[in-house]
Parts: sequence; structure tokens; C-alpha cells
Amino acid sequence: MKAAVIVFPGSNCDRDVAVSLEKSMGQKPLMLWHRTTEVPADLDLIVVPGGFSYGDYLRSGAMAAHSPVMQEVKERAAKGVRVLGICNGFQILTEAGLLPGALMRNRDLKFICRDVHLTVERTDTDFTRGYAKGQVIRVPVAHHDGNYFADDSLLERIEGNGQVAFRYASANGEVSEASNINGSRNNIAGVFNEAGTVLGMMPHPERLADPQLGGIDGKPLFDSLVEALCK
Amino acid sequence: MKAKVHVTLKNGVLDPQGKAIQHALGSLGYEGVNDVRQGKFIELDLAETDPAKAKAAVEAMCKQLLANTVIENYSIEIIA
Amino acid sequence: MSAITPEIVAQHGLSADEYKLVLEIMGREPNLTELGIFSVMWSEHCSYKSSKKWLKTLPTKAPWVICGPGENAGIIDIGDGLAAVFKMESHNHPSFIEPYQGAATGVGGILRDVFTMGARPVANLNALRFGSPDHPKTRHLVSGVVAGIGGYGNCVGVPTVGGEVNFHSSYNGNILVNAMTVGVARADNIFYSAAAGVGNPVVYVGSKTGRDGIHGATMASAEFNEDSEEKRPTVQVGDPFTEKLLIEACMELMATDAIVAIQDMGAAGLTSSSFEMASKGGMGVELELDKVPMREVGMTPYELMLSESQERMLIVLVPGKEEMAKAIFDKWELDFAVIGTLTDSGRMVLKWHGEVVGDLPIDPLAAASPEYDRPWEPTPALPVLTPADVEEKPWGEALSTLIASPDIASRRWIYQQYDHMVMGDTAQRPGGDAGVVRLHGSNRALAMTTDCTPRYVAADPVEGGKQAVAEAYRNISAVGGLPLAVTDNMNFGNPEKPRIMGQFVGACQGMGEACIALDFPVVSGNVSLYNETAGQPILPTPAIGAVGTIEDVDTMATVAFKGPGESIVVLGGVAGEQGWLGQSLYLRELCGREEGAPPPVTLAVERAAGDFVRAQIRASKITACHDIADGGLLVAVTEMAMAGDYGAMLAIEGPNLHASLFGENQGRYVVTVRESLLPDLLAAARAAGVEAQTIGTTGGFHIFLNGEQGPALADLRAGFEGWLPNYMAAEA
Repeated sequence: MKAAVIVFPGSNCDRDVAVSLEKSMGQKPLMLWHRTTEVPADLDLIVVPGGFSYGDYLRSGAMAAHSPVMQEVKERAAKGVRVLGICNGFQILTEAGLLPGALMRNRDLKFICRDVHLTVERTDTDFTRGYAKGQVIRVPVAHHDGNYFADDSLLERIEGNGQVAFRYASANGEVSEASNINGSRNNIAGVFNEAGTVLGMMPHPERLADPQLGGIDGKPLFDSLVEALCK
Repeated sequence: MKAKVHVTLKNGVLDPQGKAIQHALGSLGYEGVNDVRQGKFIELDLAETDPAKAKAAVEAMCKQLLANTVIENYSIEIIA
Repeated sequence: MSAITPEIVAQHGLSADEYKLVLEIMGREPNLTELGIFSVMWSEHCSYKSSKKWLKTLPTKAPWVICGPGENAGIIDIGDGLAAVFKMESHNHPSFIEPYQGAATGVGGILRDVFTMGARPVANLNALRFGSPDHPKTRHLVSGVVAGIGGYGNCVGVPTVGGEVNFHSSYNGNILVNAMTVGVARADNIFYSAAAGVGNPVVYVGSKTGRDGIHGATMASAEFNEDSEEKRPTVQVGDPFTEKLLIEACMELMATDAIVAIQDMGAAGLTSSSFEMASKGGMGVELELDKVPMREVGMTPYELMLSESQERMLIVLVPGKEEMAKAIFDKWELDFAVIGTLTDSGRMVLKWHGEVVGDLPIDPLAAASPEYDRPWEPTPALPVLTPADVEEKPWGEALSTLIASPDIASRRWIYQQYDHMVMGDTAQRPGGDAGVVRLHGSNRALAMTTDCTPRYVAADPVEGGKQAVAEAYRNISAVGGLPLAVTDNMNFGNPEKPRIMGQFVGACQGMGEACIALDFPVVSGNVSLYNETAGQPILPTPAIGAVGTIEDVDTMATVAFKGPGESIVVLGGVAGEQGWLGQSLYLRELCGREEGAPPPVTLAVERAAGDFVRAQIRASKITACHDIADGGLLVAVTEMAMAGDYGAMLAIEGPNLHASLFGENQGRYVVTVRESLLPDLLAAARAAGVEAQTIGTTGGFHIFLNGEQGPALADLRAGFEGWLPNYMAAEA
């Protein structure tokens, strides 16, 4: 399996996700600088990491979405290469049009860094096959703009297609306003594209994939990808 | 020639910052503020001298980068 | 040439005597640019003129100290070929005027001090003091400072893993924002600021220069007055995105052999960076100021020399490396300009389009930097209160009140706004005794904390100074860390008042004694004086930042009770008759009295208890550990119970129960141990000469004391977690 992590000016979770990938893959992913247009032909997975690309200036992810490398990412995504966007990476993927919706300022306007509980909505994708259906996992968030928005018709389509990957929930899996940390519509914490080959999520699975950091609920996501994509 | 671009959230999109401002104004004693919508103001200094061409160019910039049309509207004012 | 009038001299914060010295050194009247340079170099902020005499008395050496005070940050050897680089610095005045930007640029500045030396920043901490919660400005200041610290630290991607916050009316007009950064470098790849090599290029990198914060360094050294809010335009604005790029670009350049010397442009910007580099290297420097990248049109040499625009560095390069270095900064989209050369003239020569606009001797200016032996008077001793002097309230109610009081209540509302996990090595998050960050790719870790109890320092500067160091030592030990060194941030009032100067002298004495007794040298620090508004000084606040090492992160201790049925043991003993309520939070929060002598610190006991608890943690003999501090024993036990979600059944007998439960006697820890290991622990403590007393067992949903059911954990937690968010949400 061959994976690459894109590095934008201002990315700051690039190393963190590379560490988690390496633990699951047994080898280091490639690190691709955003200016590159030379992306190896045989990539199986592209990760757009968290951070503050371009300082989150203008809108989170807006400028990175137009980086030279993103054109290449779009083409690969169209060919079915798996793309994972975490936090700022999710914002970039929505800005780039690879995922539906938009991420707005958190409802209470503050940056939120804490563990949250998520329900796993689908387990039939290459990203989530390592989880059990309906499993509740604990993964941290750290964002200022994680308030997922889609208008009514788009939301209906996303829900109808089963594109919701994760929802903010309570520890026992209850999805309600009380567990909606940032005002996201339908408590959406992560979405797939229609084909289920591109995933964007605000929570950081790479931050709880090591028992020394307090948990491993994020690890099955990387293990799933390795299992699915190892040829 | 200059272009002034206003980017605002679409109607129907909750604007938490606008809500916070409205609330703060209320607590400062400013009554009768029915709604507050916060947006962005972007000023561009352009080499283009033809207003129509300038407007078209800025329109493209808005669609591609300056606004996220999933949630935002924009308006453009060209000043010769 | 402008005539320098006495008004202009005064505006630059120089006294008549100091100006006389300027004339002597120059041998002529300085021009405005030169005067400005003298002014910032001799400001309290840059020269430490009031404090130097006493700071010199602090112990700064140990076999593991690589670099003590005097450089951008202190450096200690942490083994495995690695070094920890750290410092704490204040941004008090700017944060009061513009809390978001003031705090943000404080974080930016301290990060630069650390990565300048070749260390990648791995953690941020802070020590914050705000006015009384009732004061109309406090909410706004808390909100702005916290958002500013988060806004900057989160964006640069360095986790904020710890800190402390106090509220007290003495800070109503002078909040304290002290920011600390800890970095890790290869011990054989450290960079210093001393310039060397005649003819070597002097290079400017980072952001462009604007008119930000001109005279910030002099502002930070002048007492506040009522119209200081008018000074807003001189506050600088931070750009954490550029800082992140600057970190990456500098790290990339530091991996090559191109750098002779490097220094960030902090307070007093280009002046102090170029001056210090030349002065430390015994060099001269010639700068072509028109080559400085400028953000605004019409900037003058005076403005360029004094601007405090952020995210800038000055580098002396190995000749011939300019192009390679420029390519790195181009990649990161940062400005890069050769703006001067090193000379052997011993002078700083400033040129503007070829014309000399400033020419000052470097050594005489630095050597003549004023050093005062300001008159001081010792702080009068306060009476020692006995338990009988303090009213006894029902323990359950007292506990509920204390746990939800401003200085004890949970800081979750604050640290949830800081990314404390980025970089993927945070092994212990905020909320415990110390932040723990793993050394990347290893099983070892750094433990770090910030501490000070200003009310103790005010009551007795010597004991209070000792206590600040001892509590930092205790917090590092309580997670299983070996405390190695400290950085200090000395926040005091106007040193021209003998009473204030006496606080400074006393605190230095106490800190020095503690640092020696605990093998805990001071490796870096910062002084912030004149923290007064309308003659009202702050409580003296020598904030201590400390760093230690943990050998195996899997054995690290946390405060949370781990299960029911475990024994709860107090190391250092239940205080009983000796319970110390003077200056305690019990006395302040329940009796409304801020009185008496503070608890004394017995350094030998402190050391023995620290060594013992650390050994027990490293050998995995105990299951949880928490030091006893604000609020005393019962508050410490309750914090452990809430963190673990197990109650406690306690048996603490005797008269003066309130002094046993809430006395703030020093040098103590609460630990839990599996019942089967309890006899071993007690025997080991006896052998080590550490008093150990079993006070109960974990379990249930309440705090029980001597069979009496006290408050439920859920209620205690509601108070503990609720105070700050409720306070912040309330209308001003």
C-alpha cells in the first residue's frame, strides 16, 4: 500500500497522521509539499491533514483548496484513489468540492479541544470496516470551524445516500442536541462522497491511536485502510 | 481601478457571530436591533482599466476563492 | 538634525542622569534615532537595571545545565543527546490594553526565543493573573487573553499543556500574562546569538517591518496611568501563520551549516537584536536600513530601529550561504534580505540610502547600561495564626464552597480553547499536576508546570519565594518527573518604592534558597516591574516555570483515583494542631480574611517527600498522586475523587478538624495504593523518613468523613466544573 500526506503551509497535523499511518502500515507515507504536481502514479491513499493551512485566513481551507497539488488530488479521487481529510483537511476537501457542505464557525464561537464520542454510521467502507455497526468511539476534536452546514435539500441527499460517516453522540451513543458540540446539522462529524471513497471528518483519529496518549479508538480507521488497500 | 467585495452569509444560514454581536449590542443597551449579519469586506486594487472586464474578473475570483457559494453570497462594486 | 529637548528625553523614559551618560558616551548630542536606541537598550525591560543585582544571586549552575540566563532561553541536558530549551516571559501591559493581541504576541515572542536556539517548540504553558471576578473588566480580559493564547498557539501547532490562573483584586488594573515555551533540540546543534566573523552578512528574515509597537519596550517599563488605554495603536498584531512558516524555515536552515548566530527580534526589535548580537560577539555592525523589508511607505530609520513588528529574526550567515538560505525562505514564502555586515569597529553604524544616520559605540553603551541598587525595606512579618484564631465551619459546606471558588474551580473552560494534543505526544493533558509531553519517538517524557502563590509572597516574600519553587518541584514530582531546572517570571510593582523592592529582594532570597536545596537551578527568566495602576501594586508574583524528565511514560502518575477500595495515604502527614490556616483559601473564601503568615516551607522535608514519591511512582507502587496545595488536604482528595469518579471514605480525627482538612501546610502529597501494597508503602516511607498517614479508602459516590456523609461527587463536580463557564456566560 502506498500513501501520501499533503503538506500545506500551516499544516500542523501532518507529522501526527504520518505517525499513525506508519504504525498501521509498517512504513512511512510520502510527504508531498503542496506545490508539487508530481504525484506518484501508484498511490492508494491521499491524506489531507489537520492544521491551519494559510492561517485559516479568508476561510478555513479556502486557499489550500486551490493549491497546485489539489488539482492532482481531485483527478486521483475521480479515479477512485481513497482520500482522507481530517479537520482542516475536511475543510479543504469541502472547499475543493470533493465533499458536500461547508464548515462554519462553531456555534459558541470558541475553539474546542476535547474528546468527543462519535457513532460510526457505516462499516461497509474502506475507512470504517474495522469498527462495528453502531459502535461509539472516543476521539478528540480540536477546531474553531467545525460546524457542518448543508442546506435542507443537500442534507436530505446526503442522508438519503448514506453519506454520513460519523455523528457527535453521548458516551452511550445517543445523538442529540446535548451532544452536538459545535452546532453541526444532524450532528454530522464526518461525511463521505457518494462513492464512499473520500472521507472528511472533523475529529482527529490520529490523536487517539496510541495507548500512551490515552486511547486507541482512532486506530481502527487506519487499520481499516491498510486492510482494504494492501494488495 | 478598485473593486470592493462584500461577502455575506446566505439567508437561512445561521450566523453565530452575527447572533453574538446582536446579543452584545442588546446587553450594551442598544435596543431595537432586529438582526445582525456579519460578513467580510475585501478591497482589491486592480491593474485592469475597463470596468466591465474588471467586474467579470472579480466575479470569477469570488466564485473561485473569495466566497464559498455553499454558504455565502457576494456583491461587487467597481470604483474607477 | 533635531534638537533633543528635555521633553524628548523624558518621552523616551530616560532620566536626566541617564541622559548625561548618553552625552558622555556619544561625545555629542545624539540624534533622535540614536536617542531611541539608548532609550530601549536602557529600558527596564532590556537592561534589568533595577533587578540585575538580585537576579545575580540566584543559583544557575548544575552539571546538567548547558546554558543559563543571558541567552534567549535556558538549556538543560535531558539525556539521549537531547536538550530542553525553555523560558517564560511576560506580556502584561500589552495584554491589558488589547487582550487578544497582547496575549497572542506574548506566545509568539516566547516561541521565537526558543526556536531561535535550534529547538523545536514542543509545549506551551502559561501563568495568568486576573482582577477580581467582580471587576467589570475581568470577564472581557479573561475571554480575550484565553482566545489570544489559543489563537496563536493552536495555529502554530504547539500544544498548550499546562498553566495556572488566579483572580485577585490587586490585578484589577494590571493583569499578568506570562507565557512559557519548552522546546527540544539536539544537544550538539544549539544556536547562540554571539556574532562572529568580520564581513559576514547580517540577514533579516520573516515578516516585513511596519510601525507596530514602536516603543513597546519603554511602555512595558512605565507605570500605568488612567490614560494608558489611549496607547492602543502601539500594540503589535501577531501573525501565527507566518510564525509557523518561520519555525519550519529556521528548522530547515538550522539543519545546514549556514548559521553563525541567530537572534529573534523581540521587544525593541532590530535595535536590541543587532545590538545584542554584536555586543556578545565583541563585534561592530553596519546596517543598511533602506534594505529592511518594509510593510508601510515612508518609514524612517527611527521607526525601523524601534518597530516591534512580530515574526522577524536576524541571522549572521556563513559567507557564501546566502543563496542557499534564501531558497529556504523563498520556499516558505518569507522575506529574506541581507541588510548589513559585521565589522571590527565596535560600533553600530546605521545607513539610509548610503548616508550615515546613526553611529554608536556598542561596548560603552552596553557596559554603561545602568544598574541600580535600589533602596529596599524588608516586608514586616505577620503574626502566625493558630487554628483557634480561625472560625470552624461545617466541613461539607466549606468543601463545597472551596471547590467552586475562583482560585480552585476547574480551568476546563480555558484549556478546552487550547489545542493541547497537537504534535501527538501529550501524555498528560491539562487538569493534573503537570503537563507531560513525550519526547518524540521515545518512551521518555518531559513534565512541566507553572506555579506561584502570590498571596503567600505578599505576606512573606522569602517564604513565598521558596514556596513557588517548592510547589513547582512538587508538581513535577507528583507525576513521577525528576525536576531539573526552572525559569522565573518576576512580576512586581514599582521598584522605586522601597517596600516593593523589598518584596523583590525577599522573593529572590527565598527562591534562591529553594533552588539550591532542591538542585533546581534557574536557567532563564524575565522581569516585569511597574505593575501598578494609580499607585496600587499587584501582589508580588514570581511565577516559576519548571521542567523535569520522566524515564518511562508508562509509569507516569495522574491525580485520578483508579478504582474502589484503595488506601488513601497522606505523605507529609495530616497537620492537626499544626494545620496552617494563615493565608489559606479557607480563611479567604470562608472567613473573608486575608491574614497571617503564610505556611513555611521546610526544604529538607520537601526534598525528602519529593524523592520518595517519585521513587514510588517510578516503581509503580502507587496508583494516583496529587500534591496538596490551595485549599489543603480535603480539596486535594476531592480533586482526585472527581477526576477518577470514585468517592472517598475518610477518617481524620482530632480537634481543629478545619486546620487538618483545609490547612495549607507544605511539602505534602496524597497518594493511593492498592491495599495489599499499603504495608510496604508505609514501611518504605518510614525508612525514608517521610511521615505517612493512612486516612481512608476510595469508593462510593460521596466524600465521607468519620462516618458522616458529606457532599456527593456529582454536586461537587457541578460546582467545580460550573464556576468558570457560568461566570463567563453571565452578563457583565
